[in-house]
Amino acid sequence: MVTRSRLHVPHAPARPGQPPDFSYVRLSEAGAVGRPDSTAALSDCAPLADELIRVLDDQHHAVGPWNPAVEAHELQLGLRTMLLTRLFDERMVTVQRQGRISFYIKSTGEEAVAVAAGMALKNDDFLFPSYRQQGLQLVRGAKLVDLMCQLLSNTRDMCKGRQLPVLYHNAAGHIFSISGNLATQFPQAVGYAMAAAIRGEDRIAASWIGEGSSAEADFHQALVFAGVYRAPVLLKVVNNQWAISTFQGTAGGEQRSFAARGPGYGIPGLRVDGNDFLAVYAATQWAAERARRGYGATLMELVTYRVAGHSTSDDPSRYRSKDEPDAWPLGDPIERLKQHLIALGAWSEAQHATLTRELEAEVAAAWSEALSFGALNEGPQLDPQLMFEDVFKEPPPMLVEQRAQWLRERGGS
Amino acid sequence: MSQMNMIQALNSAMDIALGRDPTVVVLGEDVGYFGGVFRVTDGLQGKYGEHRVLDTPIAEGGIVAVSIGMAVNGLKPVAEIQFVDYIYPGYDQIVSELARLRYRSAGAFSAPVVIRAPCGGGIRGGQTHSQSPEALFAHVCGIQVVIPSNPYDAKGLLLAAIESPDPVIFLEPKRIYNGPFYGDPTQAAQPWSRHPLGEVPDGHYEVPIGVARRVREGNEVSIISYGTMVHVAEAAAEALQLDADIIDVRSIVPLDVEAITESVQRTGRCVIVHEATRFAGFGAELAALIQERCFWYLKAPIERVGGFDTPYPHAFEWEYFPGPQRIQHALKRVMEPE
Repeated sequence: MVTRSRLHVPHAPARPGQPPDFSYVRLSEAGAVGRPDSTAALSDCAPLADELIRVLDDQHHAVGPWNPAVEAHELQLGLRTMLLTRLFDERMVTVQRQGRISFYIKSTGEEAVAVAAGMALKNDDFLFPSYRQQGLQLVRGAKLVDLMCQLLSNTRDMCKGRQLPVLYHNAAGHIFSISGNLATQFPQAVGYAMAAAIRGEDRIAASWIGEGSSAEADFHQALVFAGVYRAPVLLKVVNNQWAISTFQGTAGGEQRSFAARGPGYGIPGLRVDGNDFLAVYAATQWAAERARRGYGATLMELVTYRVAGHSTSDDPSRYRSKDEPDAWPLGDPIERLKQHLIALGAWSEAQHATLTRELEAEVAAAWSEALSFGALNEGPQLDPQLMFEDVFKEPPPMLVEQRAQWLRERGGS
Repeated sequence: MSQMNMIQALNSAMDIALGRDPTVVVLGEDVGYFGGVFRVTDGLQGKYGEHRVLDTPIAEGGIVAVSIGMAVNGLKPVAEIQFVDYIYPGYDQIVSELARLRYRSAGAFSAPVVIRAPCGGGIRGGQTHSQSPEALFAHVCGIQVVIPSNPYDAKGLLLAAIESPDPVIFLEPKRIYNGPFYGDPTQAAQPWSRHPLGEVPDGHYEVPIGVARRVREGNEVSIISYGTMVHVAEAAAEALQLDADIIDVRSIVPLDVEAITESVQRTGRCVIVHEATRFAGFGAELAALIQERCFWYLKAPIERVGGFDTPYPHAFEWEYFPGPQRIQHALKRVMEPE
């Protein structure tokens, strides 16, 4: 009999030098999880928080009640957008290594959590992503060159040189400004959705955070407000297993799924195979329909794996098993959708190779164009006076004074 | 025109804003059905409905965050934080999000949120219901910080805040909600109805943010203050029969530095009075600005009167409070001959 309290410190299943171990990831067979109606009572949604919604089986067929029956051309568009996201990421890491940009964050292996969700939503639904859903920008029509100009902080930088690379915004595409502070966007998305309901709009909001930042108070507050007001919002936890070096158990994923937090707030929790394009698409559709019908928010855990380091400033070989990406039980989202399309007879390896070359050329061309507008330390430069703008709509007198003093003291202007 | 106390004036401002602009919403703890613990939102939910005047969960971080999201979706939220002492769970959302959204998105997004919060002591509130943390907000670029000292300004400034395209922290000195306070708690409370600034227009008007008010014109010494302390300082100067030039800055961001400079250059003597703790308080910024602009006019060192650098002690409230005596001592020091 235990007679003392003890402190439990979660341990990652594998560290460098150890074989990868994903036995803790509870899997369900593709097609095995039931699909209640999108207006189902919370209690009827209970199993969804612990099982794993999957559509694509090992033979690359779409099976079960969650199969969203998406047309082949839509799937091809999804494949193209995920592939473009990946090739864009690869190229940006290369140019970061060359010193052309200061910093970058890849989404390798997690393309479906952005692209499939973005495609399943309506174009004017408003998105509050974290920094690892660049696929949403591409779904919503952002031009590669515009994203690259932001990364370069050059003369065409949408942020006028004020933001770290990847902290984009896209007002025309209904995507919010990305914060460098974690989880802040989660309750903001709830407020946006509350306003949509107050104004009687059909639009809904969706937000993404990592499982690591779900430990922030903002997560709790988002769920409280979303639950209380039944806000039309989709709250997505991207469980990519790693928050820099901290594994998902330290964020609270050891005993229960992150999806299981939803029901505690009166919100259905869906645990979804985040590398299964069709499952992410179907779960997003279900939650969006629920929100639009007035049944409120859904919390969704997207189970995926962060194949890349946290950022270009991170070296994951120092804290995790190097063989993890290959051992990840849910595979790769691009490869799985590709194989599905091939199984449907709607795609081929040859077409895929051609598309890859086309997209690589598109990325290269965009990069050349972006560089023509300058880089952080070379070529045409932004006017530093821009640093004094947009603090307020109109600069207050003392800021005007500071700008004038700066102009006098730097000379020549 | 009506006689209003500050609570009624603030209520009138929100009533007018809700009535003339369908995008204005009011939210906060106990603000709806109950009308707020200080009654500032009394009757508004009944008049405008529970979609426009919302009771929220007790979560200041959530209140600020959802207000930002609402503002991004075209609403104008007026959020109440029940006591400013409770605002800190929302501080990250204020500092990292609300204040910087326009800047970080190069103007693509903004969040014109007003956050109202009662501040200050003198009500036996102890350290958790008496704070004056205005300097913590003044130091954050991108938010305006407003502190009215009377019903007329309270209504006009709140309407201006609601109509401002930029976020506002609107601090309401709760000691003077019901009447002006001259620093002596043993004296009978005075109602605003006996004060000229308790006379408030019933309709819409604005007091511009960033313009100071000259409380009293004088030539011997400048007193720079805001909130409750405007009245206390006025009483202290009167007791010494000084011909003081008293300036109520009304908003510390943006600051009407010209009005302050003009006054101090004219009088050559200056006492800064606020209730907040003195070290690194907003008075430090005022003193720095004044010496930069008025150094060659000064006949005596600038004096700062503020709360002591301790938490607000419950039992020793009136020892702590920078009352008339402390202000008088400071005034006497600056009036000493060169």
